[in-house]
Amino acid sequence: MAATGAVMLLYLVAHMLGNLKIFFGPDDLNGYAAWLRTVGQPFLGHAWFLWIARVVLLASVVGHGVAAYQLSRRDLAARPQKYARRRARSSYATRTMRWGGVILALFIVWHILDLTTLTVNPRAEEGHPYQNVVASFSTWYGGGIYIVAMLAVGLHVRHGFWSAAQTLGVNNARRDRVLKATANVLALVLTAGFLAVPVAVMIGAVK
Amino acid sequence: MTPYLDYTVGAPVADTRAPAGPIEQRWDRRRFEAKLVNPANRRRHTVIVVGTGLAGASAGATLAEQGYRVVQFCFQDSPRRAHSIAAQGGINAAKNYRNDGDSVRRLFYDTVKGGDFRARESNVHRLAQISVEIIDQCVAQGVPFAREYGGLLDTRSFGGVQVQRTFYARGQTGQQLLLGAYQALSRQIAGGGVEMHPRTEMLDLVVVDGRARGIVARDLVTGEVSTHLADAVVLATGGYGNVFHLSTNAKNSNATAVWRAHRRGAWFGNPCFTQIHPTCIPRSGDHQSKLTLMSESLRNDGRIWVPKAAGDTRPPGEIPEAERDYYLERMYPSFGNLVPRDIASRAAKAVCDEGRGVGPGGQGVYLDFADAIARLGRDTVSARYGNLFEMYERITAEDPYRVPMRIYPAVHYTMGGLWVDYDLQTTVPGLFAIGEANFSDHGANRLGASALMQGLADGYFVLPPALNDYLARQESEPLDPGHPQVEAVRQEVVERLDRLLSVRGDRTPESFHRELGRIMWDECGMARNDAGLRRALARIPELRQEFWRRVTVPGTGESLNQQLEKANRVADHLELAELMCLDALHRTESCGGHFREESRTEQGEALRDDEAFSYAAAWEFTGTGRAPVLHREQLDFEYVHPTQRSYA
Amino acid sequence: MNLTLRIWRQAGPDDPGGFSTYRVGDISPDMSFLEMLDTLNETLALRGEEPVAFDHDCREGICGACGMVIDGQAHGPQPTTTCQLHMRHFEDGATVDVEPWRAAAFPVVKDLVVDRSALDRVIGAGGYITAPTGSAPEAHATPVPKEAADAAFEHAACIGCGACVAACPNGSAMLFTAAKVVHLNLLPQGAPERSSRVRGMVGAMDAEDFGGCTNTGECATACPKGIPLSAISALNREFLRGTLR
Ligand SMILES: Cc1cc2nc3c(=O)[nH]c(=O)nc-3n(C[C@H](O)[C@H](O)[C@H](O)COP(=O)(O)OP(=O)(O)OC[C@H]3O[C@@H](n4cnc5c(N)ncnc54)[C@H](O)[C@@H]3O)c2cc1C
Ligand code: HEM
Ligand code: HEM
Ligand code: SF4
Ligand code: F3S
Ligand code: FES
Repeated sequence: MAATGAVMLLYLVAHMLGNLKIFFGPDDLNGYAAWLRTVGQPFLGHAWFLWIARVVLLASVVGHGVAAYQLSRRDLAARPQKYARRRARSSYATRTMRWGGVILALFIVWHILDLTTLTVNPRAEEGHPYQNVVASFSTWYGGGIYIVAMLAVGLHVRHGFWSAAQTLGVNNARRDRVLKATANVLALVLTAGFLAVPVAVMIGAVK
Repeated sequence: MTPYLDYTVGAPVADTRAPAGPIEQRWDRRRFEAKLVNPANRRRHTVIVVGTGLAGASAGATLAEQGYRVVQFCFQDSPRRAHSIAAQGGINAAKNYRNDGDSVRRLFYDTVKGGDFRARESNVHRLAQISVEIIDQCVAQGVPFAREYGGLLDTRSFGGVQVQRTFYARGQTGQQLLLGAYQALSRQIAGGGVEMHPRTEMLDLVVVDGRARGIVARDLVTGEVSTHLADAVVLATGGYGNVFHLSTNAKNSNATAVWRAHRRGAWFGNPCFTQIHPTCIPRSGDHQSKLTLMSESLRNDGRIWVPKAAGDTRPPGEIPEAERDYYLERMYPSFGNLVPRDIASRAAKAVCDEGRGVGPGGQGVYLDFADAIARLGRDTVSARYGNLFEMYERITAEDPYRVPMRIYPAVHYTMGGLWVDYDLQTTVPGLFAIGEANFSDHGANRLGASALMQGLADGYFVLPPALNDYLARQESEPLDPGHPQVEAVRQEVVERLDRLLSVRGDRTPESFHRELGRIMWDECGMARNDAGLRRALARIPELRQEFWRRVTVPGTGESLNQQLEKANRVADHLELAELMCLDALHRTESCGGHFREESRTEQGEALRDDEAFSYAAAWEFTGTGRAPVLHREQLDFEYVHPTQRSYA
Repeated sequence: MNLTLRIWRQAGPDDPGGFSTYRVGDISPDMSFLEMLDTLNETLALRGEEPVAFDHDCREGICGACGMVIDGQAHGPQPTTTCQLHMRHFEDGATVDVEPWRAAAFPVVKDLVVDRSALDRVIGAGGYITAPTGSAPEAHATPVPKEAADAAFEHAACIGCGACVAACPNGSAMLFTAAKVVHLNLLPQGAPERSSRVRGMVGAMDAEDFGGCTNTGECATACPKGIPLSAISALNREFLRGTLR
């Protein structure tokens, strides 16, 4: 879980930075998207890098999801009976990992159909991510889905980052505070960075 | 006058196993002379060990390591929870790491003297010798003793001795030692060397042809009463302080195992020797279920006082210095608040009896840290006693930094127990008793931090070779589980439980226990006298009869039934209490924890009578409520010469 | 003071069980929670009803026998064991829910009593240092740095009560297992079995009905002995180390 989660985290950071290029205008982002497909050339074939990244990502998402499912099954079986009055003492982010993950999974499917395969995007044009993004966020539900998903990302990462550190055994009593703070900052930056795009489109700052 | 008091005196008893010769060589000699069982044959011998405290867990693990088949029992849900876990202070050992003049000889000397010359020299010397190995063993197991910055073990002085020989793990020494032994035992359980039966209570001993051959036990979950047979039985079942109802012992500690063994022929040694600990949290009301010990170390810096005037109910802060009585400092100027446990306890009782006690019911004295805080600063006091202060505050809701603590003495430890010889064997061949269950090493008073030492010495080092010797001398013929004598014992147990369930009276077992406790505390507690003991001896049999007429136990015996467990234990307490009072009555001297008001010095201190009482009393059972037979074991002191204790 | 107690009653492992309501009056604030239950049980016994079964022994917070979930919190609202929880922390007239530890690995024996023997089996799978009696070297032969000794002690303080399992939404025994692994693996004496210990104990834990840890952290919040959550990280580290080599 931690390994796949960490891979996805890394991707997210890069992805967010890439997305921010939208603020430099259509050429910048579109150029970046095109560049992505030429990385490694002539060493690698056209879009190979992208495909390698996609395979790794897909494997991570699937692996992460399957592990989450198996773990959840085992965990629910280990606690067959609820308490009459539960008083959870853990944070909201911690308690919503499962549902947050499910929301994320659904989002990723939607997101790929929306911006990669362009299946659900009404005015999509292959090779023009800038326009596609603007198109996607121009509807209230399009933007809405993204906003909800970004909040879910924030929560998932807030606990997930620290949790991965814990699982990989890099945490200890001294590092705990630093790790928690890092998780908070990371979650905040990711959420804000990702949110900036749909919000900017919706308020018309990016057209 | 009940016929019970007309005890008879039987033949004296001698410890025939104790080797002669210079005391330093006796233990070596005994080990050399002991017969051995061929390692290949050990698996064919089954040993039952009842109890998983320090004594039982260490014995079970060691015997299984040696290759015996061990079948072990405890009534808790896990062997790790035995009462030993609660010991706070520490464990003594004559390591002399401090180079402060300690030695095996000095530990031996201190223990004999501390026991007020009522323990065997041979045993005590062996204990002091082994103490050194115990620390090595425990450290190897990973017991996290306190250490100094250099990485070496830290020690402190404890219980008023002049050398620092007490090893400790914060306030949780017993826990850490027990976990070490429990982990060794767990390894054997997992490896199949020990067959562990938790939540199973021994209710009787099976004796066939004069030898201990097994036990009858009840599975506390299913209620099944079954027999378990073996070639030898080891009782490591702890002390019987709970006869007093309120004590510092765990709530479920009880005397059933030793008492049932006593009824089957094991003589009982010095039943009246109990230790009262001076620094416990006083009871707060009738609901009180047990008493909590506060570490004795508090007396190093706290000052003990009560108001000078009886019936003074002002809050402590409003009582001016001039109207306070720091009675220990007044009565014992040289030792002050650090006098031994028994003296501090009796003095507290005396001032409370004068009506000068403080707190609810007037059963308490102040232990005041105001001076210490002024002198050392709050931080230092907190560094030394912070966790104890917290514990006190949690229980009483009073902040000892601002209001003096209230303390009162409470029953803590029983020096008496099954009489055993040098090999820890009782008068029933094949039945051994180790740890607090036996009477062996502490005489009339146990020194602080010595019980843990004795429990582990018995279990790790003394019992195994003794058991080897016993088993090597026996023909190990298997016993038929259908043997009429085996079945008869089981039947008796079943009938007794049925009887308890069928009375359906109007009083709970707890109410009888509480009433018995009150009698014992009042008449056979810190101070005893002829008239009081006779009163108790008249009242106990009545209470016992009433118990069997009026006790109520709801539910059935076929499942977990904690009231039934309790009732069965109280029934045994009601018998043992009688023997304790008789022993206290017959010993008209004062010694150690046994203080007879009739026998005291001009200063009011305990006065021994070595002419008449330099013996251990071993009592033989003759029937419930029937006068027992007293066998005396003469104690001779070749190496430590009896002197009168003096702390004035 | 007076309380209304809703207590889980269950005759045995196969009985479905359910709550029964009892009113307890005359409660002194100085009583412990268990003493309060004692008084209830006295009344029940006198009425010929079966008293509420619960585990307890030392009543000093050290044996780990006691434990029940009070208003959804393992050991109740204070950071201590149930036997050291006093009634002054409750409000007069309140309704209080009392339930057993709930976890698949801890089947209910009766009422509030559960079977925690799975924890013993985890210890048996490696929670020890192999040191047969008599084989020990002189205690001072191996000095232990004070920090290591103190940290080992902090983790050795676990009383095996099972509150961590009861509080964990996954019924996981990670904190318990971690406490023992860290205690022993920190000490030089524990080094030779360092890898086999952690593998054995984690294997035994997985073989029981415990859930997996998702780092929820409820366990450490409920732990009466303050075993820190970092212990779980250390356990994971030891496990990775132990399986990779
Ligand atoms: C609060 C407190 C603090 C103490 N502090 C210290 C200290 O600092 N230093 C020191 O040296 N000593 C101390 N002592 C004394 C010391 O702890 C005990 O004397 C010692 O631990 C007894 O160990 P044991 O193995 O003989 O018995 P226990 O630890 O009492 O074990 C008894 C075992 O027998 C089992 N058992 C009993 N009856 C039956 C039965 N019928 N059937 C099945 N199983 C049975 C129990 O389940 C248990 O496993 C303290 C005692 C108390 C009460
Ligand atoms: C497929 C959709 C997802 C599901 C179903 C899902 C579900 C879960 C679950 C149930 C956990 C366990 C909770 C825990 O260990 O604390 C978890 C942990 C984690 N998730 Fe996700 N998640 C998903 C997507 C993601 C994404 C996109 C990321 C990247 C940011 C991510 C990063 C993490 C991390 C870092 C952890 C902690 C891993 C650990 O502690 O072992 N997850 N996830
Ligand atoms: C506002 C925020 C986001 C924007 C604007 C955005 C934008 C895009 C765009 C334009 C693409 C297509 C790239 C291309 O085909 O060249 C894409 C792909 C992708 N995005 Fe996002 N994204 C956002 C958030 C997220 C989040 C939060 C996740 C993960 C949880 C995510 C995961 C992915 C994945 C997995 C792909 C597919 C990569 C591929 O296969 O090419 N995105 N995103
Ligand atoms: S880790 Fe804490 S909660 Fe868990 S068993 Fe140990 S002491 Fe109890
Ligand atoms: S609560 Fe459970 S999920 Fe892990 S951190 Fe503690 S074991
Ligand atoms: S009864 Fe021992 S910890 Fe509560």
